Amino acid sequence: MTTFMTLKEAIATYVKDGDTIALEGFTHLIPFAAGHEIIRQKRRNLSLIRMTPDLIYDQLVGAGCVRKLTFSWGGNPGVGSLHRVRDAIENDYPCALETVEHSHAAMANAYEAGAAGLPLAVFRGYVGSELPLVNTEISSIICPFTGEQLAAIPAIKPDVGIIHAQKADRAGNVLIEGIIGVQKEVVLSAKRSIVTVEEIVDNLDVTSNACVLPAWTIDAIAVAPEGAKPSYTLGYYDRDNNYYKQWDNISRDRDSFNQWLESHVFAQGDV
Amino acid sequence: MTTPNNSTQYTSAEMMTITAARALTNNMTCFVGIGLPSEAANVARLTHAPDVTLIYESGTLQTKPDVLPLSIGDGELCESALTTVSVPEMFRYWLQGGHIDAGFLGTAQIDRFANLNTTVIAANHPEGGKNGAHSYANPRVRLPGGGGAPEISTNAKEVFITVKHSKRTFVKDVDFITTIGFGRDGKGRDNLPNIGRGPSIVITDLCILKPDPQTKELIVTSLHPGTTREEVIEATGWEVKFANTLEATPMPNEKELSVLRELKARTEKAHSAQEAI
Repeated sequence: MTTFMTLKEAIATYVKDGDTIALEGFTHLIPFAAGHEIIRQKRRNLSLIRMTPDLIYDQLVGAGCVRKLTFSWGGNPGVGSLHRVRDAIENDYPCALETVEHSHAAMANAYEAGAAGLPLAVFRGYVGSELPLVNTEISSIICPFTGEQLAAIPAIKPDVGIIHAQKADRAGNVLIEGIIGVQKEVVLSAKRSIVTVEEIVDNLDVTSNACVLPAWTIDAIAVAPEGAKPSYTLGYYDRDNNYYKQWDNISRDRDSFNQWLESHVFAQGDV
Repeated sequence: MTTPNNSTQYTSAEMMTITAARALTNNMTCFVGIGLPSEAANVARLTHAPDVTLIYESGTLQTKPDVLPLSIGDGELCESALTTVSVPEMFRYWLQGGHIDAGFLGTAQIDRFANLNTTVIAANHPEGGKNGAHSYANPRVRLPGGGGAPEISTNAKEVFITVKHSKRTFVKDVDFITTIGFGRDGKGRDNLPNIGRGPSIVITDLCILKPDPQTKELIVTSLHPGTTREEVIEATGWEVKFANTLEATPMPNEKELSVLRELKARTEKAHSAQEAI
């Protein structure tokens, strides 16, 4: 059963140095507030998993929390590079960063396999791509029925899965609407899970087919209003595309990034 | 009837987008990449193909955005879609399941066999078979990576590519194959079950290229108005061949141009509306 906590308590309780952590949200519902709390609590040697690393992983990498990154598209969407991630890969600043690179289809399948309790994901992928030359996690398997060669990769099973969602009811059931990405899969595949929500409500008012995570699948729920900004929460606020554009300048330079980190993360208290 | 010669002036970028838009027909289901492909696909939907089905990898099915998304999952895509599914469902059922007619992709590098590289630009250029893992280990520029493209290219029935034409982009051999066109020898799709037929058209700001039916090497089949063979040769990193009967790409018409310009103006306004950090 889930416990309602402050975000500070939830991160302190469930995120440890050296953990494998997945903060998901496919463009939508990216858990920025939770990521910033991890930075404030100075976690180190994290292995981060995320399909689209986005600004939140640029910030975690730039803050020195991360030693390994598993991803399938590592950019600032519509803008360009993740400069802090590049600085870590190219110059070991602020520390070296190991990378494991997949395709979206691979990671989506690997999350689904993790949620399903399987050791691997099997799918029709990577045909003709050279990613298998540089990623030892990519293997293949022969279908016992047709003989077709299919791609095989390990299931994703993070120590901690963290997502943001619209709302939870007082029992701790969580509603996710809009682009739901791999939100359900990351919670179900993870050993421990934290969900930040915009608000707690008496009743979720869901339709029969709504995406709901039952309270008993979640370890901690923390209220974090605007916890996905500058990404967005459908029904609450829009994506701040201008912030994404401005991040290119802030992140390009180590000093301006560190200044941003001081004023926008460390100077802020618990939400 | 309009007389295009004196009533329409356009840029080469507009020519590219509108020509790319024309690759889509009304009855197609298209898996759309962000950037130039998204621009072209939406121009198609707003002009000659109002019922084209656009799908983005964020899970939005049959979306009709009023402005172009900056990212693959902007709220606009979801709110204007028929429905939105999870990302695993998107890739497993809709793409791998065989429901996509055309994948529409952009790229950072493309080679003569239409292989795409969005992973790394190598520090040492790959003459002498130094591409692939060697380039990956020796990056000069680290690009974002493959995203959805590796499987879009193999699981969609065919692939359209649109990219600006330059010697930096059109190379003889890509440094790294993120997404297969026809493989390094042009035979990369031969004898494989359950694979789409691959790139069928490449639209640039200068011309249209299509794979030779036998060798699968990209050849120029149509020149845009005002473009010369020499310009294409100069902008291509291999000894590019031209079709025996070279076509002339039709010019954009007034409706296409006004739709594109209005779309871009709406998009610019929407994306600059928010406050500074």
